[in-house]
Amino acid sequence: MAEIRLETGTAVALPKSALPGLLANLTQMGYQVVGPQVKDNTIIYAPLSQAEDLPRGYVSEQKPGSYRLLYTGHENYFDITPGPHSWKMLFFPPRSQMVAFRRSEGSPSWEIEAAEETIPTYALFGVRPCELAAIQVQDRVFLREDFKDPIYRKRRQSSFIITVNCLHPCGTCFCASMGTGPEAKAGYDISLTELEDVFLVKTGSEAGRMVLSGLPWQPAGAFLIQTAQQEIEKARNNMGRTLPNPEELPKLLDNLNHPQFNDVSKRCLSCANCTQVCPTCFCWDVQDLNNLSGSSVQRERVWDSCFNPEYSYVFGGNSRPNTRSRYRQWITHKLAGWYQQFGTSGCVGCGRCITWCPVGIDITAEAAALREEAQS
Amino acid sequence: MTTQTLHLTSAVSTSQPMAPYWAVVEEIAIEAPGVSTYWVRFSDPALLNSYRFSPGQFNILTMPGLGESAISISSSPEDTRRIGHTVRFVGNVTNAIGRLQVGDQIGVRGPFGTAWPMQKAVGQDIVIVAGGIGLPPLRSALYPIMNHRKNYGRVIVLYGARTPQDLQFTREYKQWEESGVELMVTVDRGDESWQGTVGVVPLLFYRLRLDPLKTIVMTCGPEIMIRFVIFEALARRITPDRIYVSMERNMRCGLGSCGHCQIGPYFVCKDGPVFTYEQLQPYFNVEEL
Repeated sequence: MAEIRLETGTAVALPKSALPGLLANLTQMGYQVVGPQVKDNTIIYAPLSQAEDLPRGYVSEQKPGSYRLLYTGHENYFDITPGPHSWKMLFFPPRSQMVAFRRSEGSPSWEIEAAEETIPTYALFGVRPCELAAIQVQDRVFLREDFKDPIYRKRRQSSFIITVNCLHPCGTCFCASMGTGPEAKAGYDISLTELEDVFLVKTGSEAGRMVLSGLPWQPAGAFLIQTAQQEIEKARNNMGRTLPNPEELPKLLDNLNHPQFNDVSKRCLSCANCTQVCPTCFCWDVQDLNNLSGSSVQRERVWDSCFNPEYSYVFGGNSRPNTRSRYRQWITHKLAGWYQQFGTSGCVGCGRCITWCPVGIDITAEAAALREEAQS
Repeated sequence: MTTQTLHLTSAVSTSQPMAPYWAVVEEIAIEAPGVSTYWVRFSDPALLNSYRFSPGQFNILTMPGLGESAISISSSPEDTRRIGHTVRFVGNVTNAIGRLQVGDQIGVRGPFGTAWPMQKAVGQDIVIVAGGIGLPPLRSALYPIMNHRKNYGRVIVLYGARTPQDLQFTREYKQWEESGVELMVTVDRGDESWQGTVGVVPLLFYRLRLDPLKTIVMTCGPEIMIRFVIFEALARRITPDRIYVSMERNMRCGLGSCGHCQIGPYFVCKDGPVFTYEQLQPYFNVEEL
């Protein structure tokens, strides 16, 4: 093996039996590997210690307001599509400390306590192309030219990403419309395409190249590369949903009194599920946690949602007092305002908001209706 | 610590942007029932020397254990040794600020946001229109205008409050007028001693003859008032790019990160609070946005 040099960007074939070796290499390089696992009848992301923990043999059936995890007994590790978890929980944790205050008993003056925090260097194992795109969207949100969020940056900068191209999209998927999948183009350290006996592996970085060292890879032949491409094309044509021409959606801001907003407000429960499962939603709130003696305060950042009534409250009233205004904020921000703020759509087409909406509101259907000329 | 903060011009840490800088309350001036100005001085000498802000910007004040509140700066940008924050006591944090005494500690982050168009206003007539607690952020523009009065044409202040007791900064009115400011004050409800105007602020426009080509409007107050101020300004052929509005929304971070303060595609804390009406036009009249 020593005489064949692995160049970044070349495709190699890695037998599936080498998966434990790949995990061992990641661990040895100091990464905490996090990957998809079956729990509570769904797929969650949790620390991954062995290849057996991967959801081998499972598929998920997803429809508006419906998720079913099925065991089929097939041999593939990555036929599942994402569940309610998204990788944003690693870089933008649901709860994190921003600043801590302390004062000695009886003293009126506070001091800022230095935060001691050890952050694991994460290896994200099994990131879907739509999810990789979501991470890149949040990179734009949290690592802006004029403001770099320290909590996000610390966790993101040393991370390692193993993406897995998607061959089995589900009923709520529309990444092909959004241009984010089913194949990951860039931004990964290594990319896998799962074929019958082997993974077709592409390296996207030096770190990715190093992770493969010592593993029994072979240069990939034309047949494997072609097979992988065919499978990806099949997936591209097999999306459960479409959202055509998303780059035209900033026009939604031109028609903010569209009657469709009234219509959807009769169905929407304003429960905030869509914002919690969305891999790009970034809103957060600040909470102070005090100890009983009043001598120490932890100021924490927690996920917030534009569907929460307190979100838009100022003294004297709420600028978005009802479900209509909150749903309008969510969908126009996601599909339209985001372009002006961050130069990209806020939607990557993962379909989570459709699956996990308790009443099955479908963002692609709402966007289509909002594009229709208002009938008045 | 001092060496690390030498190059600061703002009280926003890059490594810990949500950590405040400490300041001491030097003076508390009661402006009206439930409204006081807190004059604070930074404790870090380097920051005290280097901190700068522009009129119209705001700071976020911190009470550990209670939270933060975005408060506009009401003092002059030309004197940053003491920074004035005019606070109305309405919520948890502002009521806790209301219990502070001279010498007490307070946390400050800032300044944040956009400023009034002080450069663009040079050589122009300025109409400042404020309602209630909308006056403080405009007072920080009024000071430099008065200090460099010759740089500007007419300077008109239209101000309204609910009752005569609610009028803020009353002890300064004489000085404003002596500095060449045309001040017109109105209240929603007068009392037996009130001999001035009664009525809403936008009506004061009817007393003015304005040259639309050389007038800049700056306004802050309740949104309903702003709506009619814009209406009156437009009716006098003042174009939307000459009408400046300071908006209020729920703000948490000041960094354009937490998402709360959005209006359409804007983050009010970063892209505002001061907008031209030209920027806001597509969104301002959309209800519940």
